[in-house]
Amino acid sequence: MYEILENEILAPNLHRLTVKAPRVASARKPGQFVIVRAERGDERIPLTIGDADPAAGTVTLFIQAIGASTRKIVDIPVGGALRDVAGPLGQATHIENWGRVACVGGGVGTAVLFPLARALAEAGNEVTTIIGGRSEQYIILADELAAFSAEVLITTEDGSRGRKGFVTHALADLIADPARAPKVVLAVGPVPMMRAVAELTRPHGIETVVSLNPIMIDGTGMCGGCRVVVGGESKFACVDGPEFDGHLVDFEGLSDRLTTYRGFEEQARHAATECRLTKEVANG
Amino acid sequence: MANDLSMKERLALGRVHMPELEPSVRSRNFEEVNRGLGMEDAVQEAKRCIQCKHRPCVEGCPVGVSIPEFLDALAAENLPEAARILQGDNALPAVCGRVCPQETQCEAKCVRGVKGEPVAIGYLERFVADWAMANPEKLAKTKLPPATGKKVAVVGCGPAGLTAAGELARAGHGVTIFEALHDTGGVLRYGIPEFRLPKEIIDVEVSRLVAMGVEIECNVIVGKTLTLGQLREEFDAVFIANGAGLPTMLNIPGENLKGVYSANEFLTRVNLMEAGRNPDAPTPIIAGRQVAVIGGGNTAMDCVRTARRLGAERAMIVYRRGETEMPARVEEIKHAKEEGVEFVMLTAPLEIVGTEDGWVAALRCRRMELGPPDDSGRRKPVPVEGSDFDLPAEVVVNAVGTRANPLLTATAPDLDLNRWGNIVADENGATSIPGVFAGGDMVRGGATVILAMGDGKRAAAAIGKHLA
Repeated sequence: MYEILENEILAPNLHRLTVKAPRVASARKPGQFVIVRAERGDERIPLTIGDADPAAGTVTLFIQAIGASTRKIVDIPVGGALRDVAGPLGQATHIENWGRVACVGGGVGTAVLFPLARALAEAGNEVTTIIGGRSEQYIILADELAAFSAEVLITTEDGSRGRKGFVTHALADLIADPARAPKVVLAVGPVPMMRAVAELTRPHGIETVVSLNPIMIDGTGMCGGCRVVVGGESKFACVDGPEFDGHLVDFEGLSDRLTTYRGFEEQARHAATECRLTKEVANG
Repeated sequence: MANDLSMKERLALGRVHMPELEPSVRSRNFEEVNRGLGMEDAVQEAKRCIQCKHRPCVEGCPVGVSIPEFLDALAAENLPEAARILQGDNALPAVCGRVCPQETQCEAKCVRGVKGEPVAIGYLERFVADWAMANPEKLAKTKLPPATGKKVAVVGCGPAGLTAAGELARAGHGVTIFEALHDTGGVLRYGIPEFRLPKEIIDVEVSRLVAMGVEIECNVIVGKTLTLGQLREEFDAVFIANGAGLPTMLNIPGENLKGVYSANEFLTRVNLMEAGRNPDAPTPIIAGRQVAVIGGGNTAMDCVRTARRLGAERAMIVYRRGETEMPARVEEIKHAKEEGVEFVMLTAPLEIVGTEDGWVAALRCRRMELGPPDDSGRRKPVPVEGSDFDLPAEVVVNAVGTRANPLLTATAPDLDLNRWGNIVADENGATSIPGVFAGGDMVRGGATVILAMGDGKRAAAAIGKHLA
């Protein structure tokens, strides 16, 4: 069992968990993930490791409650435990000093981005961070990112915080400014966002790395469910990734495979809502 | 000699039949197909053994079970003694009695098979093992020797790892098994379906090892969570048995359509995660009304029979050679046929055709005919030009084989590998690194449970010598 030491709400449905997992904490490098189950019988959920403290034997996990299984995980109180935490899995982010880099995060992707941006800053890069969300309440980690970023640019779709629009608008302006244009862009967020970033940087020839989160089970290369076409070749995101060259990823194929279990997910959500409503009615 | 029948009387006895669930019933549920023998049948079958002195059956067994001896005890209705002999030689008898290809091993060597049918050794192994599981209080307690103080790490909790762990613990060594998944058993749990090997059998066999002091730590991926180097520092020896867990892709168009699974993914979802067989399981699976499984081995049979149980009206095996060339066990093929599985033979997949919205619509195939034998000695399939046709399907499962998983070996540069990425080990499991042994599918490529167990047993003996 892996004890939960902290459980903090960052944004609606987005939690930051601090979990006791000493072996993972010692081995982990930025960009890697773990696979988590709340209880026996549950689904295996891949989660990026946001941070780790090897001395304390803890890892920080960011998790968005979008379905029954993720909801169950965020509902575990401090002092409770996860049954399984397996990892660290995947390849570590390739970190080097490129000079100027832009880190682009959308929604919960900002949490995945956080350790990578920090590692890039620690390697000597001048990091411009661009984070976006639907509205102000979905903007997370802005202060934490500001601690090591040269600049943090915020965009919201409704204009409730920062610039009204998408992260790509802010990135386009950055690229257009010769004094601030990045050599490398790192983008983590919903597939359409990463795709838009890759399309934006492609004509400028700016190296663009994206972090993918496809459907997976074991996370060790065993099932191949997470396969994604990169540069015309089938890759397993769990062992070859999760980060790939954004200019080579077949985003359309990836988006499509992500819809495989949509019917099941809707059913599960419906059942969970029904169950909650029934309970509420029963409890008066 | 416990057998009270004369030789003539023994020779007159016919081979027992395994009671099975009705095909029409079992092809819609996940209950075990083979129901097991009753006491009377088992004892009578044991009496068919003529106790020949040269024991060819034992030679045919990769773990060298003392077959005539346990059959003799069973014939005398001395179950505790039969169980003691069997469990002493085989760490997982209830598993082997169910999944071993006895017809090519012990039973193939049985003298009774020369003129007639061999003794049903597999059924009897299962009978004794099941009796032992049901009657633990009647068994003699395993006495462990004093602890040697030596520690051995076992990587992988599948058949090779469990066997090695049992042998090492019985020799007094401290054993820790590191397992990458969240549960024990390796391929026994994620690969072999419930209807062939109920999961509670793995639980009981594993708990027997735990009772002997074997420690099992799940969620540890050696190569990621810990490296081989760390294990070598912490332990006196290491046995690597992490399986051949990587699926081989077909590399044909349409492989990334929704509804295309590797056998590993399809079976893991159903077996390990209980998708489709437990209504409360949160892990989903696309079941498919028409399912095409590509391949002719036991894994392909497991997939197609699983697809049938998930509700497929048409569950098909698509294989490029003929039925006689199929590597699957005779019993698996027989069971699949009884359950209504269609065998589309001499057929090779060309492409998976999709619908407009990215789902599988059909498997495009080409007819083959058999030409002269190839390197493997099997007749080589040759395409028949102009014979292409579409098999309608919503789900396609690729069961053509698996490869070595590089996660561990990628972090162990001193470990010699062959060109397929399998660890190079001698007949005792010794690798290029002193104190590091390996066995099972990680060494052999995709093989069988019992061969992996044989590796585990031999490696444990070699590790014992290394530690002495």
